[in-house]
Amino acid sequence: MNNPQLNKNGELQHLLTTEGLPAPILRAILDRAASFVNMAEGGEIKKVPLLQGKAVFNIFFENSTRTRTTFEIAAKRLSADVVNLNIGSSSTSKGETLLDTVDNLCAMHADMFVVRHSQSGAAHLIAKHVAPNIHVVNAGDGRHAHPTQALLDMLTIRHYKKEFHNLRVAIVGDVLHSRVARSQIHALTTLGVPEVRVIAPKTLLPTRVEHLGVQVYHDMAQGLKDVDVVMMLRLQNERMQGALLPSAQEYFKYYGLTQDKLALAKADAIVMHPGPMNRGVEIDSSVADGSHSVILPQVTFGIAVRMAVMSMLAGAK
Amino acid sequence: MNIQIKGGRLIDPKNGIDAKQDLFIAASKVAAIGNAPAGFVADQIIDASGLIVAPGLIDLAARLREPGYEYRATLESEMDAAVAGGVTSLSCPPDTDPPLDEPGLVEMLKHRAKTLNQAHVYPVGALTHGLKGAELTEMAELTDAGCVAFSQADAPLTDTRVLMRAMQYAATFGFSVWLRPQDSFLAKDGVAHDGEVATRLGLPAIPVCAETIALATMLQLAKETGVRLHICRISSEAGVALVRAAKQQGLPLTCDVSANHVHLSEMDIGFFDANCHLTPPLRSLRDRDALRAGLLDGTIDAICSDHTPVDEDAKQLPFAEAEAGATGLELLLPLALKWAGRDALSTALAKVTQQPAHILGLDAGHLSVGSAADVCVFDPDAYWKIEPAALKSQGKNTPFLGLELQGTVRYTLVDGQVVYQG
Repeated sequence: MNNPQLNKNGELQHLLTTEGLPAPILRAILDRAASFVNMAEGGEIKKVPLLQGKAVFNIFFENSTRTRTTFEIAAKRLSADVVNLNIGSSSTSKGETLLDTVDNLCAMHADMFVVRHSQSGAAHLIAKHVAPNIHVVNAGDGRHAHPTQALLDMLTIRHYKKEFHNLRVAIVGDVLHSRVARSQIHALTTLGVPEVRVIAPKTLLPTRVEHLGVQVYHDMAQGLKDVDVVMMLRLQNERMQGALLPSAQEYFKYYGLTQDKLALAKADAIVMHPGPMNRGVEIDSSVADGSHSVILPQVTFGIAVRMAVMSMLAGAK
Repeated sequence: MNIQIKGGRLIDPKNGIDAKQDLFIAASKVAAIGNAPAGFVADQIIDASGLIVAPGLIDLAARLREPGYEYRATLESEMDAAVAGGVTSLSCPPDTDPPLDEPGLVEMLKHRAKTLNQAHVYPVGALTHGLKGAELTEMAELTDAGCVAFSQADAPLTDTRVLMRAMQYAATFGFSVWLRPQDSFLAKDGVAHDGEVATRLGLPAIPVCAETIALATMLQLAKETGVRLHICRISSEAGVALVRAAKQQGLPLTCDVSANHVHLSEMDIGFFDANCHLTPPLRSLRDRDALRAGLLDGTIDAICSDHTPVDEDAKQLPFAEAEAGATGLELLLPLALKWAGRDALSTALAKVTQQPAHILGLDAGHLSVGSAADVCVFDPDAYWKIEPAALKSQGKNTPFLGLELQGTVRYTLVDGQVVYQG
């Protein structure tokens, strides 16, 4: 099976998932993203011409504010022409299929698609369909993958912890429905994190999750013990239906991140969250706003990572 | 018309024949094997040197898509596909639109099929009205119209009291009930086996217990009611074990598996290949191996194609939204041969001739003197490439696209008439 993300030269052709991406490519993305972070902090140069004359289409079949906005800012800083489409409210409701929509946008001379869709595999389907000069970035497909989120998380971890090979990382919450968790797990294990833990009740863990290379915990006190990084996941309100959880209150009591529970982690542990947060459901406000939290820097790094990914794709031959 | 099929290796699993013998056909029946009957003059001689002469294949599950889904396939296209695959008899599930729950619909289908003069069609009637799982159909009337068994196809029957009564009623008349075991609550929204691949790809999953729980219920009710139960499309190791145990206890039970599941597993989904979106889902390699072993020890009686033509657009969608199913009539023979291997042709053929005939209660699937001359002549060594242009079926969707398989049909005869020549 060919890796659909790489071209014949082994360069990044599409970014669909962190699974199967070689570590050198992951590191190259992080390195380039770090240079963009420095550039932004320097304050002088905000725009670079790497995507000048290129048309980037943000096609979002599912609502998103943060991800779409950061992709838009990233593309604009690379001097691309950006078109935002919220398809959730237009074509598909008129019966147009996903690939028809894509064909139409290709006819408008798109160079790159940034896609979010509620179905796992949507980005792969588009990548397989488009001409070889068009690049696809997966901005979240169903429960499957959200690679730029995972990469910005890796950049954040590297920024605060410098190395990956000596870390203990815990991912807490609804792993079953989380594309973020899947992408984080693959990125962490590829970059050499020796111990990745997932902490959740059994109803929120997929079958054989340990085969992804993680250790499974059902108890926060045990799972958070001596970890360097705590990665919280968002809990969707609809999980209270379908008999997955009894109530938000009980969930918060046993799996919400509070100061008390965080005290079990290492003293210099960092706390991350992909947003948007449910304060008082998966995370206590005092932790979200506390000294261990790196949740806002994550957002800043998100722009740099998306710039790095888009510029690397545009540079692939 | 008198036909002599000359010089072939005749394999008839039911009669235990595997020898180089000529087959003589007269008046649409098998007239003799080996030596010509007295006074036989052949109008046509088919040279079968290097070829296998076997009973025509019998497929327990082929969706012809009529009535209601003609945009996916028509009776004409799928009947062409059947004989191109060496299939001379097939039974079709009742999940048409409307479902086969009225004698008129069944008579119409039988009539339409008959005028095409190709494979024999044996409809399976709906067990409940509209396949809704609430009210019984007129099973006796439907049988008079031509139904050979009763089934829910893939529609759920959650009310166990209705299931029990349906079995009791069918048992009254000695009708067979065909069921695919799947608990509809556990399978809700699921599109892939609950295992490593679904976890990796983030696909909603169907656990094995969805099959075993439904199966245990069916087996217990079959025991209670004495109905002749046929289990369709078994998919898991645990399911095979339950069927094996029930058979050992003497339950009058038969069981089939789809040809896809004999060869494929969840791993074949790869990067969301919608052609591998099947019902039931492709399970683990371990399950696949158990299905193969179950076939070999007789726990699983027959291999069917589970032919489900799907139009191109319905597969060009994200995996979960893509329609389930694969085209199969033309792949049944090569896939059965691939399972048993080149040295066990008779074993393979038994699973697609003698055994399905037994399940259907048909005097077919063999080449005894006096029986209908339904014959498949094929080259067991010739490869052919599975690609859209090579398929007569309107459905071009199969996980095997691009592969080359051995087993190429050269002639298909139905009632002594050559209906296909490849």
